[in-house]
Amino acid sequence: MKNRYIGKPLRRNEDARLLTGQALFVDDVHIPGMLHVAFLRSDHAHARIGSIDVSAALERPGVVAAYTAQDLGDYWQPGPLLVPPPPIKDIVFHACTQVPLVRDKVRHCGEALAAIVATSRYIAEDALDDIVVELEPLDAVVDVERALEPASPRIHEHIESNLAAHVVQEKGRYETAARQAHRIIKRRFLYDRGVAAAMENRGVVANWDEKSQQMTIWDTTQAPIPIRNGLAAMLGLSESQVQVIAPFIGGGFGPKIMMFYPEEVLIPWIARELKCAVKWIEDRQENFFATTHERGQVHEAEMALSEDGRILGVRDVFLHDTGAYDPYGLTVPINSQCTLLGPYRVPNYYSEFKAVFTNKPIVTPYRGAGRQHGVFVMERLLDIAARELEIDRVEIRRRNYIAPDDFPHNHEIIYQDFAPLTYDSGNYLPALERAVEMIDYHKFLEKEKARLRAEGRYAGIGIVSYVEGTGIGPYEGARVTVEASGKVCLVTGVGTQGQGHYTSFAQVVAEQLGVEVSDIRVITGDTREFHWGTGTFASRGAVVAGNACHAAAKAVREKILKLAARLLKVPEADLVLEGGRVQVKGKPDQAIQLGDLARQANPLRGAVTPGTEPGLEATAYFGPERGATASGVHAMLVEVDPETMMVEIKRYVVVHDCGTVLNPMILEGQIQGGVAQGIGNAFYEQLHFSDNGELLNASFMDYLLPTALDVPPIETDHIETPSPLNPLGVKGAGEAGAIPTGALFVQALEDALSDLDLEINEIPLSPQRLFELVEAAKLERTVVS
Amino acid sequence: MENAPLFSVKVTVNGQLFEREVEPRLLLSDFLRHELALTGTHVGCEHGVCGACTVLLNGEAVRSCLIFAVQAHGQEIVTVEGLTPDGGREALHPLQEAFREAHGLQCGFCTPGILMTLIPFLQEHPQPSEGEIREALSGNLCRCTGYHNIVKAVQLAAETLRHG
Repeated sequence: MKNRYIGKPLRRNEDARLLTGQALFVDDVHIPGMLHVAFLRSDHAHARIGSIDVSAALERPGVVAAYTAQDLGDYWQPGPLLVPPPPIKDIVFHACTQVPLVRDKVRHCGEALAAIVATSRYIAEDALDDIVVELEPLDAVVDVERALEPASPRIHEHIESNLAAHVVQEKGRYETAARQAHRIIKRRFLYDRGVAAAMENRGVVANWDEKSQQMTIWDTTQAPIPIRNGLAAMLGLSESQVQVIAPFIGGGFGPKIMMFYPEEVLIPWIARELKCAVKWIEDRQENFFATTHERGQVHEAEMALSEDGRILGVRDVFLHDTGAYDPYGLTVPINSQCTLLGPYRVPNYYSEFKAVFTNKPIVTPYRGAGRQHGVFVMERLLDIAARELEIDRVEIRRRNYIAPDDFPHNHEIIYQDFAPLTYDSGNYLPALERAVEMIDYHKFLEKEKARLRAEGRYAGIGIVSYVEGTGIGPYEGARVTVEASGKVCLVTGVGTQGQGHYTSFAQVVAEQLGVEVSDIRVITGDTREFHWGTGTFASRGAVVAGNACHAAAKAVREKILKLAARLLKVPEADLVLEGGRVQVKGKPDQAIQLGDLARQANPLRGAVTPGTEPGLEATAYFGPERGATASGVHAMLVEVDPETMMVEIKRYVVVHDCGTVLNPMILEGQIQGGVAQGIGNAFYEQLHFSDNGELLNASFMDYLLPTALDVPPIETDHIETPSPLNPLGVKGAGEAGAIPTGALFVQALEDALSDLDLEINEIPLSPQRLFELVEAAKLERTVVS
Repeated sequence: MENAPLFSVKVTVNGQLFEREVEPRLLLSDFLRHELALTGTHVGCEHGVCGACTVLLNGEAVRSCLIFAVQAHGQEIVTVEGLTPDGGREALHPLQEAFREAHGLQCGFCTPGILMTLIPFLQEHPQPSEGEIREALSGNLCRCTGYHNIVKAVQLAAETLRHG
């Protein structure tokens, strides 16, 4: 049957509320008598606590309470390990998780030392100046490579070094491949830190109602259900006493999937201590060091190739900077390790990494979640190999793609979901060919480039491939109810941060029930409405929750057909659902409205038949055995200003394959936004730390996000290779746009500056850094000649 | 450590006169959000860079996190809530409608500030070029959309507003 709603670019159900200022965000929650919290944070990255004296703060009018670690008693506990290490042979992993308030030692700048509660945020912030802190500063561990030197200061004294984890994964024998190789390419690659910078900072409001013994928490989290379960346990309450609401969230991108942040743990505790409502809203500066970071890795990689450019093997040894704590386990470096293999056949692979503690803010997933690094290393190795073997960049990729009949393709290593890294499906060549055609790759290289160069202009082209493991388990659920009004209510446990779930999930349900998408009210992220599930992360919303919505809608459809067949006295097969009613095929006058049917399914008198349930409602769950692998090709044309080293992106093309498309308008929006973050990561955004571990550019004045002048229109096209692992055939798309951009950027820049034989093996860049690299390349050429 | 004296502020917001006693240091953004419960105006950076808190002060787009409430005394303010006095139940403003049509928003946090930046821009530039639109938007950060759909929304809105 042809889809009626799935695959259509329908306008979003949620937009009217967002556009009129009526959507509820966490900072919009107002409760009479609510108190406000501000945190005193450490300026030092590594320091031993002498004393913290809050007595003067308590004297200030309007201050209600002040807390240090000592005041928390037994509630003071390091946070839980959110993701345990995967079952990989000989794995070493030391869990050191964040603490609610520093008790003994500060381990990164911005770590919270004390909390002030006052009648207004202004007074709470004033009172921070009243706190007297004695600290003994220690040498800070900033550089990820020096962190493992024996003389390095130790961050966690109970473990013998700053090593957080050591993981080796191997497929085949790289040494054998290297011995047989025609050419070995060996390089060092650097990828530095950035922030997700969601426009909404984090925030928590908690309200303890003493009379009903209920805790209500509004939280900017991507995972309201695990937060509820964890906080109930910490507070010694029943899960049914705690309601966590993730209302409209102003962008997530990963750092809001980090759970049990210190503030998230403390605000509900303070609300219960003071028996009232308490609010904390992070400011932008706090967001730079109290919200998690990503991206710091150093790779030493090599690739063994045959004469015709086929990959015989890859060896990659890297360091991963996990920051001061590692609550999110090894998700990020495991993603780097696995995603490196990309869409390519790699018969032999040796990958080893060490995760390292540093005195810097914590690293947890941020859009891409380590996949960028793997793609950067692989694509760079292929670019360099192509140059050295004199093979075209597109051709070397084509030669190494996994063939369309080679799926499922097992890479024989373990992925972040603990399952073997097996690609469910893929068809890579059509996307590459389409991207080549869209960007006019051959014409540019054969004609345009030389023409522009003759005019004194430096233009270049880039093209890269990637895969993205998406839609991992364990499961999500959904409940679909046809209400007496004939409208439908859809509830799911995942929260939403702008992905359009109110519309795309409704499309999935509308497809089964034949009601208008605008007649489906979607509720997400409220544990009182639905309390089974994990959260919105790893490009899994559409795959896992989407298929749960599909399953619940199908179950309701069956109930509708069964009841309608009985009432209309026709076989179920003769019925169709459309326009909000059930109708006998070909007989529009023999029909019943869904609302009427819902009322009949929930009678006020009479009996419900044994073995049946009242109402037209069903709850269903979906848990994939493993993730679905999306893929894509990005291509870009750039021009570099040789004076200022400013880069202008002339064109940016994305050909993407995420299986069945639910709503192409929303999908393209996800890709465009992802690319914009990728561009920021490649050329604008970099965190700078001093030798003492202070973050030097913690503001939007100094940390540059791309603006409307920096991000070009993104031209997109889609290939649909449905996933065989879920009924809808969907694969995730949330992170795809951001993953290959760094690799693409440097390839295009090298092409634009090909006169200089420039090789760029680091991200992020900036005009200044590009200038330095160009000057160094010029100098080298002078020395050589 | 005495609290500061309070000042009386009288402002017209979305056509309605409000009078409140406030501290002189109270930001206009906090005044609108927390004193008047007009929470459609969002706060993204509190240092004047992101533009999420943009409102109209006597018809001009300003950042409400860089102005004290007392500075708005006796003046006229329009917030995003003022674009559709009935909360959009009947119809959206053509600019809002265009954002919906062109998918010019995702999480929607930066959107109210962007709308308020564009209202005077479109009055001054009824037929803007893409370059002019991007220039006008360059003081508003959006982390979700990549801006292109916002540009398309502005083009669409300009057309609707021109042809009424």
